[in-house]
Amino acid sequence: RECAESCMDYLTLELVHHYRDAQQGPSLQAALDAVGERVGRQLAERYARDRPPLTEPLEAMKWLCKEFWGEVFRKPVDNLRTNHRGTFVLRDTQFRWLWRLAQNQMPPQLGLSLPPAVPKTELAADYLVLPCAIVRGALAQLGLDCSVAADAASLPQVDFTVVLAGG
Amino acid sequence: METINAEIFTLTYGSMVRQLIADYEDVEEVNKQLDKMGFSMGQRLVDEFLAKSKTQRCSDFREAAEKIAKQGFKMFLNCQATVAGWNAEGTECSLILEDNPLTDFVELPEQLQGLKYSNLLCGVIRGALEMVNMDVECTFVRDVLQGDEVYEMRLKLLSSSPESYPFKDDD
Repeated sequence: RECAESCMDYLTLELVHHYRDAQQGPSLQAALDAVGERVGRQLAERYARDRPPLTEPLEAMKWLCKEFWGEVFRKPVDNLRTNHRGTFVLRDTQFRWLWRLAQNQMPPQLGLSLPPAVPKTELAADYLVLPCAIVRGALAQLGLDCSVAADAASLPQVDFTVVLAGG
Repeated sequence: METINAEIFTLTYGSMVRQLIADYEDVEEVNKQLDKMGFSMGQRLVDEFLAKSKTQRCSDFREAAEKIAKQGFKMFLNCQATVAGWNAEGTECSLILEDNPLTDFVELPEQLQGLKYSNLLCGVIRGALEMVNMDVECTFVRDVLQGDEVYEMRLKLLSSSPESYPFKDDD
């Protein structure tokens, strides 16, 4: 079954807005961490169901970069690097979920003094909480505890750094 | 329209509803938040709908309801709704969904019987119609998750203000 890609765009946008503006309840980070981790676990369970278990971390990472990324973020990761001590850097040169943000240009100012635009890197940080949590959830489902951070300094390229727990 | 595997959307929505239940611990409040979130989504989504469906401005509420049912649901959720149950004045109708992708893989536990799980959709419709100057009320009156045969949203036009000169579409 399929649905419009923009459904997901509107939903994630609204999730960020909701938790950014919420007066009570958990922080944006905490809430989207929890939401994303559950999604990552469920998706990994579905996508990895019919394949032999991935026992080596590197195997699991390769599966994540190719199969999982392809399904969830529409194309495989472009480049995977590792220091062989539990740190992996996944580079997606055209990260789909931030594509609109990367393209969006501020309108010309037309003589009005608009407040300075929020830097895109800062704006991107809020929108990267969910994908980071999805990746963490997917790896947790495969038995790998880790932390995931993302760097969007050169949009639309995003680098995800995965650090396995207890290396 | 670019499409994706719907389960990513469905599971993210489900996980979000679960989070809202944990946040508010009150189903009525969750229903309200879902409607509110849908409203903002509808306000944004209507532009894409008008652009991609290449549709003309709807002349009246009747036409708008048909467009939402036949084109809107098809375009975004890849499912179809039917319009039924018009009142005599033409200000109230129902949107009937036999199939609702949001509820794939979902079963509600006993203690969540008051939850309007798909309430986001009511908000989306309300938000989208507001952008074309139709103020509506939209509520779920039947829900498969609550044991009904179909999903039914009751749509009620409260007021509409036709756009007047000089605010015309530029053709």
